[in-house]
Amino acid sequence: MPLYHTEDQAMLADTARQFMGEEGAIAKQLRHWRDTNCKDGFGHGLWKQFAELGFTGILVGEADGGLGMGHVEAGIVLEEIGRNLTPSPFLTSSVMAATALGSASADLRGRWLPGLLTGDSVFAVAVDEGPKHRPERIKTRAERAGNGFKLNGAKAFVLHGGSADMLVVAARTAGLDDDDAGITLFAVPKDVAGLSQDKVRLVDSSMATHVKLDNVTLDADAVIGEVDGGREVLNRMLQAGRVGAAAESVGVAAGAFDMTTTYLKQRKQFGRLIGEFQSLQHRAAHLYSEVEIARAATIKAQQLLDGGSVRADLMVSVAKAKAGKAASLAVKEGVQMHGGIGMTDEYDIGLYMKRDRALAEFMGDQYYHADRVARLSGY
Amino acid sequence: MSDLDAFRAEIRAWLEENCPPEMREPAREEDDACWGGRNFKFKNEAQKQWLERCAAKGYTVPDWPKAYGGAGMNAAQAKVWREEMHRINARAPLSSFGIWMLGPALLKFGTEEQKVHYLGQIARGEIRWCQGYSEPGSGSDLVSLQTFGEDKGDHWVVNGQKIWTSYANKADWIFCLVRTDKGNKYQGISFLLFDMTTPGVSTKPILLISGSSPFCETFFDNVVVPKDQIVGELNCGWDVAKYLLGHEREMISGAGGNDRLNTIGAVLNRAGLEDPLLRADLAQFDVDALAFSAMGEKFLDEIKVGKAHPAQPNMMKYAGTELNKRRYELLMAGGGSASLEWESEASDGGARARTWLRTKANSIEGGTSEVMLNVISKRILDLPGA
Repeated sequence: MPLYHTEDQAMLADTARQFMGEEGAIAKQLRHWRDTNCKDGFGHGLWKQFAELGFTGILVGEADGGLGMGHVEAGIVLEEIGRNLTPSPFLTSSVMAATALGSASADLRGRWLPGLLTGDSVFAVAVDEGPKHRPERIKTRAERAGNGFKLNGAKAFVLHGGSADMLVVAARTAGLDDDDAGITLFAVPKDVAGLSQDKVRLVDSSMATHVKLDNVTLDADAVIGEVDGGREVLNRMLQAGRVGAAAESVGVAAGAFDMTTTYLKQRKQFGRLIGEFQSLQHRAAHLYSEVEIARAATIKAQQLLDGGSVRADLMVSVAKAKAGKAASLAVKEGVQMHGGIGMTDEYDIGLYMKRDRALAEFMGDQYYHADRVARLSGY
Repeated sequence: MSDLDAFRAEIRAWLEENCPPEMREPAREEDDACWGGRNFKFKNEAQKQWLERCAAKGYTVPDWPKAYGGAGMNAAQAKVWREEMHRINARAPLSSFGIWMLGPALLKFGTEEQKVHYLGQIARGEIRWCQGYSEPGSGSDLVSLQTFGEDKGDHWVVNGQKIWTSYANKADWIFCLVRTDKGNKYQGISFLLFDMTTPGVSTKPILLISGSSPFCETFFDNVVVPKDQIVGELNCGWDVAKYLLGHEREMISGAGGNDRLNTIGAVLNRAGLEDPLLRADLAQFDVDALAFSAMGEKFLDEIKVGKAHPAQPNMMKYAGTELNKRRYELLMAGGGSASLEWESEASDGGARARTWLRTKANSIEGGTSEVMLNVISKRILDLPGA
């Protein structure tokens, strides 16, 4: 399969670009919800519009009423989200939770997917347990109790947890903290007794929670996939989240880069446009190259994932790490090249820097994934 | 079965039948590559057979038209060809500046007679070409070149000197940038082809820090070049050169390279990797290298359908050569003192150290990294005054 978009994908990209550029624009969404101190950190109206365009069900199978598309298509939407810093629960709900629910029973899918398709529901994923992404170690416990399970533990960095109707929780039903086996995924409704969430606003104005699970009692039918066999579903969900976050990072990088090159062509100092200075030109050209490579790695990973390739896992980590590196460079160069104005809240470039920082941590940063590339390569 | 599947089956069967087992081993030494030409000495019978069999089918240049010695494959078929070659680790039947550089320029700018004549020779590996671009005073600022062709009616008389002419001492013919109008900088250069055995042509190898001499100085002393040996219009050689440089940059970038799947960390790990900071650098490198291999694939896919930015080869050249230099820095560090050996048998005659030194030229030849960044700034980013 060639590494560029098909005609259908290019049409989707046009739609997403236009929609996000207008409805999802920084002034209309990110700044608006931030400045009104919105407790969700995003707008439900926009989420309904996502649903009307079919975006919320992009990875949901056609049998369940979704579009049944793949990670390439989800990535197209995410790149535009990244470019416009559009706050939305798309990545956690429509990419990650939807991927997990793809392995769930018909009952569970029937319970949760319709709300996603209409844009009435929001989902979150509760995997991390500390400040760094370490899904290999899961301490949260689920013990058998009566007909179901009792969950105890704590989760961190649960994006949109406070707005979510359901949280996909990874818990341990067997084995030791570091064991690969013995993981079970649960669909946990927001209002279940014993679930408490501390909301916290993050540097990029998004909302996350610290989750506590204190004897949360669930029926057996809340299990996604197999009891003790959840690692495989978890990995699928993580891969979806990682390649999705990579695509969003590429969008953040591209948005910051475009803003910066535009500025280089407008700002005058020493009687010249600053874009005439070779020191800035070379850095901009290097950055261009890094962003292009990150985009290529991301499309490759999306295609491999959609095709079920054995190399997908490696390439997903390559994409997340590379996109993270490129976006980090793009926002740092962006702020520096804007000079003083880049430090002001009024100017958008700083918002890109904040979004990049949050996105870098989400689903593993460049160090985590470079380490993973090394391990998967046998060293 | 789709047409493409049928095509793949056909290619797979042909390769199974015709690619000698020796040609499915990775190339280890410089003379493992087959360069063809009048004076080429085949390393073994398998190398000769492999060239002849491929040439007979047009497979040395699978996507060139059949009339010019190719196999007439479309983009999808050519990709299948590369994948099937890669599947059995087959070596390229022919390494050739004619294929990589002159060929694409002739396909675009050559006359019908030139295409039939020269492209056929290239495809069959009969003539080995070298490139006469740089001069002692014209490196990055190539357009300042001074080698002059004086108009003598039905021919030019060429005088001057080229430098960094790769394998000029082994080449049969040269494609050469020659000034044909001293009053016009850009519009005063012509793209000429001539035989290296023409009286007045001489070459002198340049000893490099790697200890080898892939480059030469090339001297022209009243060299007679017939008028029909020009490619493109008179004084329009710069357009041909720019077009061709794109292909050269693509080649040096390694975009067409077929094996980047073995991560460098995995290679070094066989000898034991104990330093965590080195491991970290290797992991970062492997992320960049694997990402760049996806970029290479994307670039080739896009170029086949005209989706790539025309100046994108400059980006590929920049990123690919900088990456390759990093690769060899890490290989040297990973190898420790063993990689310092210059003449031992264990080190295969200092292969790693020599290659490490050779890679330093990657970001100089064919346009320096700094020139690449200038070109990206101007042609892709449209920055002012660039």
